[in-house]
Amino acid sequence: MKIYDGKFIIAGLVAFIGLATFPIWSNIGKASPLPEPKLDTPAIQQMEQKQCVLTRDEMRTGHMRLLDEWRIEVVRNGGRIYTATDGKIYEMSLQNECMRCHSNKTRFCDACHSYVGLPNSTPYCWTCHIAPREKD
Amino acid sequence: MEASRRKFLRIGGACALGLGALGISDALAGSSEERETKRAEALSAARWGMAIDMKKCWENGKPGCIECILACHACHNVPDIGNRKEEIKWLWTEKYENAFPGQLSGLEPPAFRERPFLVLCNHCANAPCARVCPTRATFKRADGITMIDYHRCIGCRYCMAACPYGARSFNFKEPREHIKTELNRAFPTRERGVVENCNFCEERLGAGKVPACVEACEKQNCGAMVFGDLEDPGSKVRKLLAAHFSIRRKPELGTEPGVYYIIQGAHYA
Amino acid sequence: MLDRALTGSSMYYKLLGVLLILAAMGLAAFCIQYSRGLTVTGMSRDVSWGIYIAQFTFLVGIAASAVVVVLPLYIHNMKEFGKITVLAEFLAAASVVMSLLFVFVDLGKPSRILNIILYPSAGSILFWDVVALSGYLLLNLVIGWNTLEAERRGTALPRWVTPLIYISIPWAVSIHTVTAFIYAGLPARQYWLSAILAARFLASAFCSGPALLIVLCWLVKKHSRFDPGKDAIGKLAIIMTYAMLTSLFFLGLEFFTAFYSGIPSHMEALKYLFIGLNGHSGLVTLSWLFVALAAAAVVLLLSPNTRKNEGMLAAAAGCVFASMWIEKGVTLVVAGFIPNPLGKIFEYAPTFPELTIALGVWAVGFFILAALYRIAVSVKVEAAGQAVFRID
Repeated sequence: MKIYDGKFIIAGLVAFIGLATFPIWSNIGKASPLPEPKLDTPAIQQMEQKQCVLTRDEMRTGHMRLLDEWRIEVVRNGGRIYTATDGKIYEMSLQNECMRCHSNKTRFCDACHSYVGLPNSTPYCWTCHIAPREKD
Repeated sequence: MEASRRKFLRIGGACALGLGALGISDALAGSSEERETKRAEALSAARWGMAIDMKKCWENGKPGCIECILACHACHNVPDIGNRKEEIKWLWTEKYENAFPGQLSGLEPPAFRERPFLVLCNHCANAPCARVCPTRATFKRADGITMIDYHRCIGCRYCMAACPYGARSFNFKEPREHIKTELNRAFPTRERGVVENCNFCEERLGAGKVPACVEACEKQNCGAMVFGDLEDPGSKVRKLLAAHFSIRRKPELGTEPGVYYIIQGAHYA
Repeated sequence: MLDRALTGSSMYYKLLGVLLILAAMGLAAFCIQYSRGLTVTGMSRDVSWGIYIAQFTFLVGIAASAVVVVLPLYIHNMKEFGKITVLAEFLAAASVVMSLLFVFVDLGKPSRILNIILYPSAGSILFWDVVALSGYLLLNLVIGWNTLEAERRGTALPRWVTPLIYISIPWAVSIHTVTAFIYAGLPARQYWLSAILAARFLASAFCSGPALLIVLCWLVKKHSRFDPGKDAIGKLAIIMTYAMLTSLFFLGLEFFTAFYSGIPSHMEALKYLFIGLNGHSGLVTLSWLFVALAAAAVVLLLSPNTRKNEGMLAAAAGCVFASMWIEKGVTLVVAGFIPNPLGKIFEYAPTFPELTIALGVWAVGFFILAALYRIAVSVKVEAAGQAVFRID
């Protein structure tokens, strides 16, 4: 069997496969340590019951959905208050409520977000919302 | 070969159309279940509006008073860009001939022509900005406030072309570097590429407080700015409007502005 | 059939090369704009739309004008347009691509462009314009491609394409009407708030579009073995002449209403354009250049002798195109913002990056156009050759 322009096609294929698998081979042997989002902020340490708005698992997998619902409720419907399943009341605000406890954005939010390879600006919460001051 | 490729394209096209329709049906489906999300102390109204008594503003305030503007811009992290081309402003002053173009007769007292008029978003009942927005990022809240969803705005600036009052500002560059006031850490900034606008302090209303400009004006013992429900005949603003002559900016355009200017006889001699 | 775009003379490749370089320059400038924001443009708080949206508006007109070839051919059976209908349809497709790109580069947040579809707003004319333009692009590509495919095979047009052609006629009118509605429904802008704006847009589209098509046909004839035919060009020239006169007449109507009524807000933008307003006269030279070019075009087109001369007709078409580009592609949009809603005047002039991006978008459009025309011409030359062969 003869392939017309075979050398161009094969060279092109090799280049394509090389490029397409770039993320795999460029990271081989460079395992990043698992992220450890820190929960040791003063506000959290003072809590008797260390409980977020939802359970730990729900927050892990669904915090982005919760934030999305909150922002729609606040911006578009003018609501402010979120009642958790345990009856506790929260203000629906990333900047003023979430970050009140999680005042360590770089060691909490960024720890996982950079582990999963999101560039600094995504999710771009912090281009508008003001992150808490951190000591170090 | 040829035929199957066609078929593939056709099926692909149909799928793409279907996906598009999904988005639209989602949008039409509306919101989820009802749950109380308002604070007990939140202020509410059928339609928020404002009356500004210009005589009080000029005579009760200290000379050159712009406390309301400073309060507003500090409270909302409004940047001071430093050039007119890209200026961002929520509340500012204009001369009579600019606030009410075409109204100047030329025979007014010269001093009057130099007097500052406070201008801001009129939170029109019939807001052209909300009408033209292609993504519903600018919208009318049930209480009459013209809101911008900064998460959704694509920066097309159609609303700026539509606003008859020049009340909208666009972030041509990153605004955060240009905030000269102390950052209000309880309120967000905006980012490059979105349009912004006075929000009638909806975040303060939600917490039971009057707008920052009104509060600042009251602190000056000036009392020129009165805020309230335009649809409640018993409200302070309605009583004031019922007792004094007032005008609005460009009422002939049918936008139904929600900011009224009380003009009382003042002496300029 | 697509592979034919990859064959051609060295001049064809040089043309593609130059367009590619211009497009790359535009892309580089867009990267600067993307990273620094629209501050790199000349647009301001007061003149918040500039050359991008003006080009968008002008190019929607060019796209819509394919209808002046399609309608006579399919409704009135004017056979002479059969040879150039594909050229008109491909010009429309390339123009729609350019106009959509101009909307894109104008956005403050281009990454959010899909919000227009994700959160559709039935009340927004801009939303409907994006819908109309996307549909029109699809229609023209499908129709043009199938027409050409049928020609290549020497078969009849597939039957399902015919209804699409009939749909494309009102659709073409609608895209430009909707584009005019973007402007004509704004209470804030007296210069645009005119019921005749949509008609004006269509008239100027139906002269500037054929003008470009005449020049393109002339170039195609010069540089290939395909001759679009004297009859088609002659008919096109007549349509262009009528549309040009109508267009100028409509513009004159604006002057009458503004100046006879004497309403200041109606006169201000026109004064700014033609004599300057309160000492601001940034667009006066350009406006009078429009007048001069329009007058030259009318003189050349009204006389049958010059109109029937190939070179003179191309020159006249050039004048029509340039004058309408100034009127719709620059001054109409900018003057709408002057004076601003507070009665103050802030002028606008595009910056270098802004012009580079605009040029880049035009280059992308003409790259697409060149490739599509290359395909069309090679199919037509081949089909004509086979026809001759069969007669022999």
